[in-house]
Amino acid sequence: MIDYHGLAPEIVLAVTIAAVLLLDLVPIPKYWTAVAGLTGLFATVVPILTLGVLRDETITMLGGSYVVDDFALILKALFVATGFISLLLAVGFVESDRYYQSEFYFLLLASVLGAVVMASSRDLLTMFIGLELVTAPSFLLAGWRKGDARSNEAALKFFLVGVLSATILVFGMSLVYGATGEITFEGIRSVVAAADLGGEPVFVLGLLFIIVGFGFKVSAVPFHFWAPDTYEGAPIPVAAYLSVGSKAAGFVGLLAVCYLAFPDVRDIWGPAIWILAAASMTVGNLVALRQNDVVRLLGYSSVAHGGFILVPFAMAAVYDGAGLEEAFFATVTYLLIYAFMNLGAFAVVMAVADKTGESDVGSFAGLFGYAPGLATAVALFFFSLAGIPPLAGWFAKLVMFRAVLNDTGTWGAVLAAIAALNAVIAFYYYARVVKTAWMDPAPETLAVPEAAARPLAPSLGLAMGIAVVAVILVGIFPQLLAFFGDATKAVAFGF
Amino acid sequence: MEWFDNGWGLSLTVFLPLVGAAVVMALPRRNELAVKSTALVFASLSLLTSIIVALRFDYGDTSQFQMGTDLAWIEAISSRFHIGVDGISLPLLVLSTAITVLSVIYSWNHWPEPHNPKAFLVLMLVLATGMAGTFVALDLILFFVFFEVVLLPMYFMIGIWGDRTKRRLAGLGVEVEMRLYASIKFFLFTLFGSAFMLLGFLALFFKAEPNTFDMVALSELGRAGVFTGTFGFWVFAALFLGFAVKVPMWPFHTWLPDAHTAAPTVGSVLLAAILLKLGTYGFVRISLPILPQQAQDWAPAIAILAVISIIYGSLACLAQTDVKRLIAFSSVGHMGFVMLGIATLTDIGINAAVIGMVAHGIITGLLFFLAGSMQHRYHTREMSRLGGNMKLMPVLGGILGFTAMASLGLPGLAGFWGEFMALLGSFNPLDGLNLGVFRTAMVLGAVGTVLTAGYLLWMLQRVNLGEVPAEWASKEFHDADGFELAAWVPLVLATLIIGIWPKAVFGATNDAVVSLVERTFG
Repeated sequence: MIDYHGLAPEIVLAVTIAAVLLLDLVPIPKYWTAVAGLTGLFATVVPILTLGVLRDETITMLGGSYVVDDFALILKALFVATGFISLLLAVGFVESDRYYQSEFYFLLLASVLGAVVMASSRDLLTMFIGLELVTAPSFLLAGWRKGDARSNEAALKFFLVGVLSATILVFGMSLVYGATGEITFEGIRSVVAAADLGGEPVFVLGLLFIIVGFGFKVSAVPFHFWAPDTYEGAPIPVAAYLSVGSKAAGFVGLLAVCYLAFPDVRDIWGPAIWILAAASMTVGNLVALRQNDVVRLLGYSSVAHGGFILVPFAMAAVYDGAGLEEAFFATVTYLLIYAFMNLGAFAVVMAVADKTGESDVGSFAGLFGYAPGLATAVALFFFSLAGIPPLAGWFAKLVMFRAVLNDTGTWGAVLAAIAALNAVIAFYYYARVVKTAWMDPAPETLAVPEAAARPLAPSLGLAMGIAVVAVILVGIFPQLLAFFGDATKAVAFGF
Repeated sequence: MEWFDNGWGLSLTVFLPLVGAAVVMALPRRNELAVKSTALVFASLSLLTSIIVALRFDYGDTSQFQMGTDLAWIEAISSRFHIGVDGISLPLLVLSTAITVLSVIYSWNHWPEPHNPKAFLVLMLVLATGMAGTFVALDLILFFVFFEVVLLPMYFMIGIWGDRTKRRLAGLGVEVEMRLYASIKFFLFTLFGSAFMLLGFLALFFKAEPNTFDMVALSELGRAGVFTGTFGFWVFAALFLGFAVKVPMWPFHTWLPDAHTAAPTVGSVLLAAILLKLGTYGFVRISLPILPQQAQDWAPAIAILAVISIIYGSLACLAQTDVKRLIAFSSVGHMGFVMLGIATLTDIGINAAVIGMVAHGIITGLLFFLAGSMQHRYHTREMSRLGGNMKLMPVLGGILGFTAMASLGLPGLAGFWGEFMALLGSFNPLDGLNLGVFRTAMVLGAVGTVLTAGYLLWMLQRVNLGEVPAEWASKEFHDADGFELAAWVPLVLATLIIGIWPKAVFGATNDAVVSLVERTFG
C-alpha cells in the first residue's frame, strides 16, 4: 500500500524537477528556472515538517523497503537544505557561464531527489538505485565547463571511480543476497542473527565489498584519490554539493547498512572502519597541509572530515545499547553540522573568487582590509571546520570524541588520541587561510578598490547568511541541533 | 537583588562584554569615539557587576559556590550551564574584569598598526567574556568552551597588531614576521594541550556514575576515590597537558616568549595578567579536587618542573637584550612559583598560588604596559640603546622602578606573598610527599628569587639609571599621559594594598583553600 503523505516530499521534488524542465521551454529569463527550483525545494520542507509533527508512528511501505521515520525525515531535511544552499551558490555562477542553465538546476535537483530516496530506503536495491540517482547527475555536473580541460578531467575521473565503486557495491550486495537470500535490511538482519553468518567467507566478502563501495562514495582513505581532483576541476558550487550532499548520501547508506542490516556482525565491520577512519583523518590532514588551492584544500579537508565522521562507527564493535545509539547520534550530528560549515566555506571561496578572480590561498590576502565582513565569514567557517568553540564545529568534534570514549578501552582511547592530534594538525591549514585573509597585505597585482567595490551576488550572500546563522547559533546553543540527532537514536533499535 | 544573586550577576559579568562586542560591531568604523566609549561602557559595566558580586559575596562561607545558577544547556550530552564563584575564583574574576577596563583605557590613544580600533575592541570584549567565563564555569564542557573562546581573539590580536619585525628562524628557510609566527605558535600549542584536556574531561564523564560534567559532583566522586589507577593516571596526564601548556611550565613554555614579545601592548598585558592564570586555575579547580590521588603521585614531578621553570626563566631573563622579552621570560619564573605552591598540596601553598596569580596579574600586567609605553616613545626595546629613563621621564621611570621592585618580591609589595609562601609551603608539603624533593625545591626556589632580583635590578640599571645616551639626549619625550596614568595608578595602588594588607585576597581565599585541602587530602 502506498502512503501518499509519506511520499509527499519525493512527489513535491519530482514535480519541481519536471517544472524546471518545462519552464526551460518558455521564453523567459533563465533564472526563473532557478527560482522555481528553489521554491520547489522550499516547498519540499512542508511535507517533511507535517510528517515530522503529524505522523504518530513509523510509516512502512512496499514490504519494508521504504520507511519514513525520524532518521529518514531529518536526513531528508538535510539533503533538501544542502540542495537549497548549493542551488543558491550555483545561480550566479551558472548564469555567468550563460549556457544550459536549466539543465544544471534539473540535474542538481535530480541528485537531491536520489539522496532523499536513499534516506528512506531499507533494502539493498532501493538503496542502490537511490545512490545511482545521486551520482549519475553529478558526473555531468562535474564536467559542466565543457571548454575547461580540468573540468573534463574531473568528470572523467569521477565517472570512472563512480562506476568502479558502483560495481564493487553491487557485487557485494549480490554476495550478501546470495548468502542470506534476503534483500531488505530487516530480513538480512534476522537471517544473519539466526544463521550466525559471521564465519561465512562469502558473506564476509560481500559485507566488506559493500563497505568499500560506500568507502569510495564518502572518499575515505584509501578510496579518496578522486575527490580532490574532482572538486578542483568541477565548478565550485558542484564541488560544494559533492563534498556535502553526495558525501552525506554515502554516509546515510553506510549508516543504514551497518546499523540496520549488519548490526550483529559489527565485530567485522567495526575494525575495518577503525582503519578507514584513522587513515582518512591522518592522510587527509597531512596532505591538506601542502595545498595552495583553497578548493583542493577543502577537498582534502573533506576527506579528513570523512574520517572524523567514521570515528563513531569504529568502536561500534564493542558497544551495546546506549553506546551504539551514542555512536549513531554522533555520526548524524556531525553530518548535520559539517554540511552547514562546509557549504559556508565554499560560499566564502566563491565570494573571494568573485572579487579576485582566483581561488588559491594567496588570493585571500588583504581581505580584512577591503572586505572585513567577508574576512569575518572566512574566519567563522574555517575555524568552525577546525572545531574551535564557540563555532558549531566544536560540538561535532565533541560528540565524535564522546562516542569513542564511551568505552574506556584501549582502542577507543587510541583512536581518540589520533583524532585529537588530527584536530590540531587540521587547525594549521585552516588557520593559514584565515591568516592570509586577515594578516597578509593585499597582493600588488590586485586592484583593491575595484575588488572592494565588486558587490556580493545576492544569492551568494543569502547562502552565506544561512550558514553563518547556523554555525553561530548551533555553536552557542548546540541543543538546537542535538535535538534532531537525538531523535534519530531510536533507529538503532533493539540492542 | 535576589535575581542578582541567582546567577544573573555572574551572567551579566560574563556576557556584558559579549553584548558590547555585538554593539561595537554594529557601529560605523570611522566613528572612533563612539566605538571606544561603547567598549569602555560595556567593560566598565562588567567590572561594576563583578564588584557588586564581590560585595554581596558571603565571606563567611567562601568554600561554597555562591551567586550561581544551574540551568539546562546541552541536554543531549548532559552538559549544563552551571556557574558560581567561591573564594578561589572570586579574586581572579574581579582581576580579569578590572584588567579589561584598564586595557580599554590604556588603548584609548595607543593604537598599534594597522590601527582599526573597532576590530581591536571587539576582539578584546570577546576575550573578556572568555576570561570571566572560565573563572565562573562549574561544568567541564562550559569551562572548555570559555577556555577556548579566549584563543581566537588573542590569535587575531597578535597576528594583526603584533610585531612586524622579520626574523629568520631556525628550522624555517625563510624570513617570517614575528606576529605571524608567534600567533600560530600560540594557538597550536594551546590547542594541542586543550584537545587532550577535552579527552580527559570526556573520560571523567563516562567514568562517573551517574555520568556528569559537573565539577562539584565530580569532585565529590574524586574524593570518594572513583578515579584511580591507570585510568586516573591517564586522565591526569591529559589534563596536565592542557593546563601546563597554558601556564606555561617548562618544557611547554616556548610559545610564551614569542607570543608576549610579538603581541601588541594590550595583548601582552591580557596574556600575562589573565590568560596564564587559566592554566593554574585549572589545576586548582579541576585537577586537584577531582583527581586527588593522582595529584599526590604527580606532585613531586610538578614541583621539579616548577623549579626548573623558576631557574630556567630567571637565567633566560639574564640573557635577554629586549626588555619586553625579559618581562615575558620573567612570567615563566613567576608562574613556576605558583605551580610550586600548588604542588605542595597544602593550604599555605595553594593560598600562595592564588595570591601569586593575582599579584603576577597586577605586576606583570603593569610591566607590560610600561614596556609598551617605552617602546611607543623610543621605538626600540633594546636595553643596550636605552638608559637614563628616570631623567627623561621621571613618572614613567618611577613607576617602572616601583613595579620591578614589586616583581622581585620586595616585602611590603604584592609580589612578596606568593613567592615567600610558596617556599614556606614546600618546606613542609602534604604528609606523604617526598620531603627531600620539596626541600630541595625550596632551596632552589630561594636561589631563583635571588636570580629574579638580579635580572630585574640589572634591567633597571640599564634602562632607568645612568646617563641619557647621546641618541636620545636631544629629543623631546613626553612623560606618562592621563590615559596611561589612569590605567597604571589602580594597579600601583593594588600592588601596595595587597602587599601591606594581603588579607584583601586571603580573606576570600583562605577558608576556601583550607576546606579544599581538608576535604580532598585530609
